[in-house]
Amino acid sequence: MNRSIEYLLRRLGFYTLAAWIAVTLNFLIPRLMPGDPAQIMFARFKGEMSPESIGALRETFGISDAPLWGQYFTYLKHLLRGDMGISVSNFPEPVINVIASGLLWSIFLAGSALVISFFIGTSLGALAAWRRGGFLDSVTPPLLALLGAFPYFWMAMLTLFVFGFGLGWFPLWHAYPEGTSPGFNLPFLFGALYHATLPAATMVIASLGGWMLAMRNTMVGILGSDYITYARARGLPPRQVLIRYAARNALLPNITGFGMALGFVLGGALLTEIIFSYPGQGYLLLQAVRAQDYPLMQGLFLTITLAVLGANWLVDIATLILDPRTRR
Amino acid sequence: MNIRQLFSHLLVNRKARLGLCIVGFFVLVSLAGQWFVPDPTDFVAMPHQPPSAEHWLGTTGQGQDVLAQTVAGTRTTLMVGFAAGFLVVLIGAVIGGVAGYLGGRTDDLLSLLINVFMIMPGLPLMVVLAAWLPPGPLTILAVLVLTGWAWNARVLRAQTLSLSQRDFVLAAKVSGESPLRIVSAEILPNMLSLMTSSFIGATIYAIGAQVGLEFLGLGDISKVTWGTNLYWASNDSALLLGSWWTFVPTGFCIALLGFGLTLVNFGVDEIANPRLATESLWVRKLKKHATVDGSTPVVKGGVA
Repeated sequence: MNRSIEYLLRRLGFYTLAAWIAVTLNFLIPRLMPGDPAQIMFARFKGEMSPESIGALRETFGISDAPLWGQYFTYLKHLLRGDMGISVSNFPEPVINVIASGLLWSIFLAGSALVISFFIGTSLGALAAWRRGGFLDSVTPPLLALLGAFPYFWMAMLTLFVFGFGLGWFPLWHAYPEGTSPGFNLPFLFGALYHATLPAATMVIASLGGWMLAMRNTMVGILGSDYITYARARGLPPRQVLIRYAARNALLPNITGFGMALGFVLGGALLTEIIFSYPGQGYLLLQAVRAQDYPLMQGLFLTITLAVLGANWLVDIATLILDPRTRR
Repeated sequence: MNIRQLFSHLLVNRKARLGLCIVGFFVLVSLAGQWFVPDPTDFVAMPHQPPSAEHWLGTTGQGQDVLAQTVAGTRTTLMVGFAAGFLVVLIGAVIGGVAGYLGGRTDDLLSLLINVFMIMPGLPLMVVLAAWLPPGPLTILAVLVLTGWAWNARVLRAQTLSLSQRDFVLAAKVSGESPLRIVSAEILPNMLSLMTSSFIGATIYAIGAQVGLEFLGLGDISKVTWGTNLYWASNDSALLLGSWWTFVPTGFCIALLGFGLTLVNFGVDEIANPRLATESLWVRKLKKHATVDGSTPVVKGGVA
């Protein structure tokens, strides 16, 4: 047990280092860029604001004439209090509140897509390996490879065009129907599910192939091992051999992949939300880009990075619990 | 194997030949295409016109010719894509190679750096970087390279590590060759096919990411590229007005180019790993002689 704690602490150390690098990058990027960050940031206010109020804004955003080290410590101190500055496009709302407003929607959309895609993908992969060379095994990989050649956000655009605009089966934007109020009431809950279906479906289709291929390859290896041959020789029902003997063990490497996929899924979800005008982190990111709202952009980068790091650590813990070999 | 040999092998391979044809077609379009189409920035007709005899792919929301825009967009998109692919592999090879060859403390430190960059979510970092830098193809290139090198560095590090333990490298070390010569004459030539497929993979990634960034409006929106074409399509509410022709052709071009590059990659894999090619030959032969009871079929005369 001691070794596993040591392992977890080492991983935690790595994630802390990665987080520190992300935080520092976030601080350095605007300050190392050509030109005065304050001037780039407030370019859109030119002529509308007096020099005094721009000076006050500089103060608020932590850009001062103090030496870089001093600015860095002020920045860290603010960050520890959860203060990421003030959103320019939602002035004077703090960045953290703006981000929080979209966080739940993002987690709901990306999380459910990830879980559904993982479940279907690994099941299909297990089946494909079980019937090697069969229909599932020979038809799906090239099909998914072909789908994968199209840029993801373009597929999402086409899906929205065909099913939302052309056929009118799904809503074109937003996360819940107009006229319902968020809360525990049926019209809102069903509406939210309905609105999430199409975006989640595109994410599932785009990420299905990866899970399927990974699961298939581990399964093929495991199906060749002695204990599977033995289980078959004992005359156990094939379904039992497939699920309880082979698939259960093949799942482990895939769970490690789950953590890595999280970053990609969150990244992909950004584009999904943008296409479907879904009010999560991605939509906020687009608004931030369009309005040149740098503090919001950077806050989003930081939140997403920290979320990915934290999720990876949770996956490390899960692997440790699920795989007895790592505990020895 | 040197580059010329690799190339002549590629021309013999069926998949790679088709892939090279597709990629070659796009390169040709990017070089000479602009002579055959009108100026892509000219307002030639009413906006949002569907495909017609006059404008084969219709017009954009601004009244520009979609075909001309798609053709003209090829050049910047391809240039940035290939350049990013090349730089990513170059940086990956240098960092991964140094880490894998030297080992020890240097390796620990560089591996840590590689892992940190791999775990950071790429898209938000790209957006932040691209937003602060002045917009343009060079910015996109820099951003792609900065966020994309880690994956290749990891792959090439592993390969260097495994090669530097092989007997022929050890023999070169014992006979007193300089490290520079060992790396350039013993290790690098053996990594050529891996680096080629890394380059192709990185190019595919770079084209996709570049189009994505420009679609978000982070490119120079006054330039004509595939990404900015999509940006304008979405900005002119192509989806709501039903003008599918403004975004479908670009998507197909990206997919076709990616497909071509993937085919070349398959070819490279088969050259580097001849077992893949013979294996598929065996599978084809055996399928014809398939047995019902699962016993091992025997092919008369074997596989030539």
